[in-house]
Amino acid sequence: MAPLTPAPALRRKRTRKRLRTLGFLSPWLIGFSVFFGYPLIATVYFSFMHYNQIEPPDFVGLRNWKYVLTQMPLFGPALWNTLWLVVVMVALRVVFGLGIGMLVTKIKSGAGFFRTAFYLPYLAPPVAATVAFVFLLNPGTGPVNEILGAIGIPAPSWFNDADWAKPSLVMLSLWGIGDLMVIFMAALLDVPKEQYEAAELDGAGAWGKFRYVTWPSITPIVLFAVVTGVVQTMQYYTQALVAGKLASGVSISPGTVIQPGYPDHSTLTVPQLVYTLGFQNFNTGAACVLSLVLFVIAMAVTTLLMRKRAGLLPAED
Amino acid sequence: MPISRRRIRLSAALAGAGLLISGCANPSVGNDRDDPTKPVTLTFWHGWSTPGEMKAINDSIARFEKLHRNITVKVVPNVTDETMNQALRAGGDDAPDVVSSFTTNNVGQYCSSGMWANLDRFMKKSGVDKEKVFPKTLLDYTSYQGKQCALPLLADSYGLYYNKDAFKKAGITRPPQTMSELKRDAVKLTRRAKDGSYQQVGFMPNFRLYQNSPDRMFAQWGPTYFDKHGKAQLAKDPATKKFFATQRELIEAQGGYGPLEKFRARFGEEMSSQNAFLTQKLAMHMDGEWRGLMLRQAKAKFGWDTAPMPVPDDQADTYGRGYLTGTVAGIAHSSQHQNAAWELVQFLTMNTEQVVRFANDIHNVPSTKAALKSPELDADPTFRTFLDIAQNRHSVAMPPSINGGQYVTALMDFSYDVEAGKVHDLDKGLRGLDAQIDADNLQSEN
Repeated sequence: MAPLTPAPALRRKRTRKRLRTLGFLSPWLIGFSVFFGYPLIATVYFSFMHYNQIEPPDFVGLRNWKYVLTQMPLFGPALWNTLWLVVVMVALRVVFGLGIGMLVTKIKSGAGFFRTAFYLPYLAPPVAATVAFVFLLNPGTGPVNEILGAIGIPAPSWFNDADWAKPSLVMLSLWGIGDLMVIFMAALLDVPKEQYEAAELDGAGAWGKFRYVTWPSITPIVLFAVVTGVVQTMQYYTQALVAGKLASGVSISPGTVIQPGYPDHSTLTVPQLVYTLGFQNFNTGAACVLSLVLFVIAMAVTTLLMRKRAGLLPAED
Repeated sequence: MPISRRRIRLSAALAGAGLLISGCANPSVGNDRDDPTKPVTLTFWHGWSTPGEMKAINDSIARFEKLHRNITVKVVPNVTDETMNQALRAGGDDAPDVVSSFTTNNVGQYCSSGMWANLDRFMKKSGVDKEKVFPKTLLDYTSYQGKQCALPLLADSYGLYYNKDAFKKAGITRPPQTMSELKRDAVKLTRRAKDGSYQQVGFMPNFRLYQNSPDRMFAQWGPTYFDKHGKAQLAKDPATKKFFATQRELIEAQGGYGPLEKFRARFGEEMSSQNAFLTQKLAMHMDGEWRGLMLRQAKAKFGWDTAPMPVPDDQADTYGRGYLTGTVAGIAHSSQHQNAAWELVQFLTMNTEQVVRFANDIHNVPSTKAALKSPELDADPTFRTFLDIAQNRHSVAMPPSINGGQYVTALMDFSYDVEAGKVHDLDKGLRGLDAQIDADNLQSEN
């Protein structure tokens, strides 16, 4: 039987419709292709090449992959630190942000002052904020340890102690919680008051109101905060690099090799390793492998969270 | 047929993408066909940034322009190696003609990749016999596999700074010359408070302290990092084990790694007035020649002097040696004015009067044989120590490598574990370190 083919007029109409749709989509398509599609394809391409950014690339098969996954000792610590920060920092930021958001929505007097006070640190540039934290937490000359010492509390070495360096970075991120506070504050103010009144009439206490009224209403926002937090923390770079360099106390002088991750690689994250490999050692292939590993992990975690989203969101009527 | 047309389109798209991606990887190439007597503007990138250094380099450029009226030099200060590397790889009109780097670590990369032009042909044209002009160690660290793609632009040597007042109080009459003397004096100079905490440490050997990176301390043993085939051989060199053993002995003699690290974590920033030697938390300290100028500018509240770093007891005849490094200068591969650029490089690195004046201005060690002997050099004896170290035939510079300082960072990581007592089988650990360095080097080769 001969296939059914649409009439020429119908085909032209469909083509016009497709072109129109493409026309409307083109700004996004161009942006996506130039800033995401092309870099992604180039990253995959260079992950199989030996390329020092000056001589033409040479195909080396899986050599870069083998090097990163089996021969590079810093890959393990960097991945561990990144995942540690993703789990601990994102979780604490969400809990702390929600807590502060609830606090500032409950405050009756001086709410404006407290909202501003909690939001302001977020506006501080990351480098300046990190420098200030390293100065404040300097074990020898910083005021925090002096105060702790004066009141008899044993003072840790903060950014100079491998066990305390990551928690110190988490403290820094909690200090700049303003972004999440604003998002949660908006979500909390959006919860209908009638629902709280109904819950009160049903005898719900503070926990009951949070569990059965607040939480179901803000779950989409919490998910948003977690997903964006995971993606951002996967790219964690500036604060860790600046804190490590400053805390080491070493200045750049002739012949000085400053490694990221001080102390004991405890602040080394995958993005720092990507930069070191790609733009200090000019080992582009290995840097691309690391970037792809990071991309795959970020995609997997995001997909998992988005799939869980259906179970976490309240059932729609 | 629709399917084959789709295949053709897909193949064309993939080929296009491949060409597009690889097309981005072609750096611009310069040439040496320019006439250096014609008017030209050169761009010179350097890393100096403090007002004193900037004045010194600008004065140097003014002297050059006076000699070469047809050449104007556009100076771009405070450029890091990373910026320069990236700019040279990207190419373009704004890329520099003459470049300098604060570290010798990347010379292997510059030479092997061709990013810095080979200067041998320029020296041949100018009739320069480099062996007669530069000390051998300095020539070694500015070349790689026979390519002289950089030249020394002043040098840095490392020695011992010691607190004369603390020495007097401890009854020590001269600086230590061997490692056992260093240990003995360090113990004598270490002072503690009633609660047992440190007030002053004699000599802190911890690798994370300021300039104490292991490669610098290791220089006192005269190590051989690579064999003639370019393979790492730290496990085979007996000096390596002796070096780590001595470092551990120094640490243990002064209270152990943990307490010393705790004390170190309380030190102020290296280049600030809170520097631990300046605040007398350290009685002896390894540092570069520039520290003397800083101590004088900070008006140190104690008497101090300099000496070469002690050497191992079984190499006492090498006393006077030290670690050498320095700034290097070269010509960017992408420069369209390489002959004019050579005039500037030649002036900055070989003109004796220029080298001496620049060395005196920024308190660095001059990098030519003639300048090292110049009567015009700073006569301060605390500075002269470093000139002697620079000329000592046993002094050591790091060998250039294809991937820059990556083998140094591998050594650093391993050394941190050793000093912390985490390496229980040193032989096995050193074999692993060699394997790591070789794997890193192989990864960087084509």
